[in-house]
Amino acid sequence: MADHHDHKHDSDDDQAAARVKALEALLVRKGLIDGQMLDLIVDTYENRVGPRNGAKVIARAWTDPAFRKRLLADGPAAVNELGFPPGPEGVHLIVIENTPRVHNVVVCTLCSCYPWSVLGLPPVWFKSPPYRSRVVSEPRAVLREFGTELDDKVEIRVWDSSAEVRYLVLPMRPEGTEGLSEEELIELVSRDSMIGVTQAKSPGAKGGSERRA
Amino acid sequence: MGGKDGFGPIPIEENEPVFHADWERRMYGIGRLVLTKRLLLLDEFRHAIERIPPAVYLNATYYEKWMLGLYTILIEKGLATPDEIKGGLPVELLPTVRLKPTAKASVPRVKPRFKKGDAILTRNFISRLHTRMPRYAHGKHGVIHADEGIFPLPDTWAHGGGPNAQHVYAVRFSARELWGENASPREFVYIDLWEDYLEPGRGKSTRRRAGS
Repeated sequence: MADHHDHKHDSDDDQAAARVKALEALLVRKGLIDGQMLDLIVDTYENRVGPRNGAKVIARAWTDPAFRKRLLADGPAAVNELGFPPGPEGVHLIVIENTPRVHNVVVCTLCSCYPWSVLGLPPVWFKSPPYRSRVVSEPRAVLREFGTELDDKVEIRVWDSSAEVRYLVLPMRPEGTEGLSEEELIELVSRDSMIGVTQAKSPGAKGGSERRA
Repeated sequence: MGGKDGFGPIPIEENEPVFHADWERRMYGIGRLVLTKRLLLLDEFRHAIERIPPAVYLNATYYEKWMLGLYTILIEKGLATPDEIKGGLPVELLPTVRLKPTAKASVPRVKPRFKKGDAILTRNFISRLHTRMPRYAHGKHGVIHADEGIFPLPDTWAHGGGPNAQHVYAVRFSARELWGENASPREFVYIDLWEDYLEPGRGKSTRRRAGS
């Protein structure tokens, strides 16, 4: 499974493409789905809803203590203040806060539940058997694969989102960011830090596994 | 698959696109639409995906699982005939038969049985039906961390057996309770569990540390 990716052989991909095409055609023919609605949904989750939403939420929480309090008390309401409606997979959003003593990381061991409203759709690794099987039993080893080293004294809490609650991690604000604007802070909030496999980036640091969206 | 060994390193992909192929886009849209239109329930969809034969499941990509699950549900719900999907879904990928739950009154249980801080023991049951009780947490002691509110019970809801709405709790388990004495005392797993999965616990095996 080590080489399990969503990129497989071309022949597999062609076969999957043909089967999905047949499925769509069948459902459209039966009047069960509408192709234009489908285009709209895909566009929304490919181009409009993504981890940038979550980064704005986190940067606001770092700069506005009252907002932070509201965010921790009622996630969906606070996120909605910034113009991000709960949508599917966001109605029961709970924000969990990292501190110097406690580090949180989120998984769905049963499938791939993920807070779409603030992070968009999950990356392949989040949906992969290695992540789903290992992070509950050896979180420190998994975090190290993402380049995250935590002090042994730090308590790790792994959240297995097995029901309808979706979790978003509020990472710690990096040191040396006192003078930064909210816009500059947004750039430091990576998707991975909101899942909890990394910390927020330090100013000037580059990299991470993520596409800039 | 929580706690299973041998899957190797995490497949981290740099600059990963939202979709890897156009058919993934289409499959995502199809899945969302059938759920939005209530042609099927999310728990029914999840259950169909869980019934994909293990060897196929482990080799399938995420959206392939959606496709296989959806073909299955369409037939089971009578929305399509096997003939109509010929060429779409090969027989060897058809999952096992969908079972009916044993009859159970569907009365919402509004009053919570547990509260924050209560010790619990998870029930040790092997379900042939859909369930959201992860196997790695069967028969384990934990502590109620939070009451998340009232939700339909997937174990009956996915099988036409009524919602059986009841409280769901975030339950805190120590890594030592789940994985044994070699686990770190500084690691905990929180799992969202339905009331039916829980019994009152006796112990203090996962006593909360104050103030954290």
